[in-house]
Amino acid sequence: MLPSGCEDCRHLFELVKAPVSAVQDFSVLAGRAIRNVVRQPHYADDIFIQMDLIGVGSLPIVIMTGFFSGAVMAMQMAKALAQYGAVGQTGQVVAITLVRELGPVLTALMVAGRTASGIASELGSMKVTEQIDAMRALGTDPIQKLVTPRLIATCVVLPLLTVIADFLGIFGGFIIAHFVLMLASSQYWSTAWQALTYTDVFFGLLKPFVFAFAIVLVGCHYGLRTTGGTQGVGRATTQAVVVSSVLIFFLTFFITRIYVSL
Amino acid sequence: MPDEQNQSVLKFEGVSVVFDEVKALDDVSFEVFEGETRILFGAAGSGKTVLLKTALGLQKPDAGRVYVFGQDITNLPEQRLFRIRSRIGVLFQEGGLFDSLTVGENVSYPLVNLEGFGLPEAEVRKRAEEALRFVELEHTFDRFPSELSGGMRRRVGIARAVVTEPRLVLYDSPTAGLDPITAYTIVALIIKERDLKNTTTLMATHRYQDGHFLATHRYDAERETAEPVSEAEEQLRTTFMVFGQGRLVFEGSLPELNASRDPYVSKFVRRGE
Repeated sequence: MLPSGCEDCRHLFELVKAPVSAVQDFSVLAGRAIRNVVRQPHYADDIFIQMDLIGVGSLPIVIMTGFFSGAVMAMQMAKALAQYGAVGQTGQVVAITLVRELGPVLTALMVAGRTASGIASELGSMKVTEQIDAMRALGTDPIQKLVTPRLIATCVVLPLLTVIADFLGIFGGFIIAHFVLMLASSQYWSTAWQALTYTDVFFGLLKPFVFAFAIVLVGCHYGLRTTGGTQGVGRATTQAVVVSSVLIFFLTFFITRIYVSL
Repeated sequence: MPDEQNQSVLKFEGVSVVFDEVKALDDVSFEVFEGETRILFGAAGSGKTVLLKTALGLQKPDAGRVYVFGQDITNLPEQRLFRIRSRIGVLFQEGGLFDSLTVGENVSYPLVNLEGFGLPEAEVRKRAEEALRFVELEHTFDRFPSELSGGMRRRVGIARAVVTEPRLVLYDSPTAGLDPITAYTIVALIIKERDLKNTTTLMATHRYQDGHFLATHRYDAERETAEPVSEAEEQLRTTFMVFGQGRLVFEGSLPELNASRDPYVSKFVRRGE
């Protein structure tokens, strides 16, 4: 209880109450979703459906994003490297940039735009039409049924999508290096391959795994908190995309910080 | 051994539910017994839906205690609530049907997912078909909810609510947004379910005619229609409750409701009926 007359304290309390409550709800949701991974019942069908929706469904945009980001990277880097007479190192720079950073982040951002919004709008619609309440009333834990399968599916498919994006990005870089910069294909591929270490690959796969949590849990969090009818569904969708995208940059900063300190 | 008719099915003891410092339920106390019919009147936002959700354990009270079938469910964890909920049927305001499932799958859902059933697939289908036949919609088994009218969706909701043969059925504004003829059909189905299965019934509504119809009619199995009953009989098992701003402002029989001079309560009474 706040002392009477402490108006500033009251305003401060009101100001922080909503974000603190949101963080608390998010933590509870995350805890329950992760705990449910090892608890019965498992909805295997739902996991495979979500893998198809999130993984196969995101493939076209991931292919396009990966390929063109590699191609653009090769063009930009070749111009910069030319000043030092090091155009031959284009493959190395493209591979390192893509595998360590751009591949995981761009793939996660594409999947966040598509999946976090999809999850938030689907769960939000279910919330406002009382389907979530109906699910609970009819013997199903909505987190077990709706959140955990999406979490497992995204944790599996996002690293795979990242590998595809990385490879296509390096391939995009090769197209530019070979046909525009006239580099030998063996030179491009050998520098690209030799530049990568196991640590690069490990962190390049760790990032999408961590991003998967951010995308799914943020999407589910906003979806399950939806209020205010169809307008609320739209609001939840926007918030899910914005927050999950910002969270991806935040997380990549911290993971990279750990990586460079090794 | 207590008389079956006097067994407590639902009991609220000083229950309050608060959302953002607004009291959705304010110190509400009442008790419902086996076979009884309760009609909850109240304007939009008066707390009817919150009360039904609190009775199901979907909403935790901020104060007070809730007993269902004599068991205190106030602080029960979700997993343990599933067993209690398997004995309660519920029709949500908009039906609450899963739009990604067919009508048949929706009606089968409680039999497949609620604790204590574990029926073989053929038996689940048979009981789902029976429930749909009860609401005269057996031909919609393979259709999706989006292909049905509002009234049909509500009837499918009733089929799903009663497919487990629950002892207590909660109806949240079952006729909201429906035309008078469809609304009559829905309330007639509620009467049929109540009287054929002898279920305890709670119906939230803001329409006096629905409550009046439910209180003054019984299902005649021979004629297969709802028939009026005598005044003495109607007073026996039907109680009206009126909610205003989360508070229970009236609790009594139909004649007492009709006689009430409270300005708020009078709004729900159609004089001269």
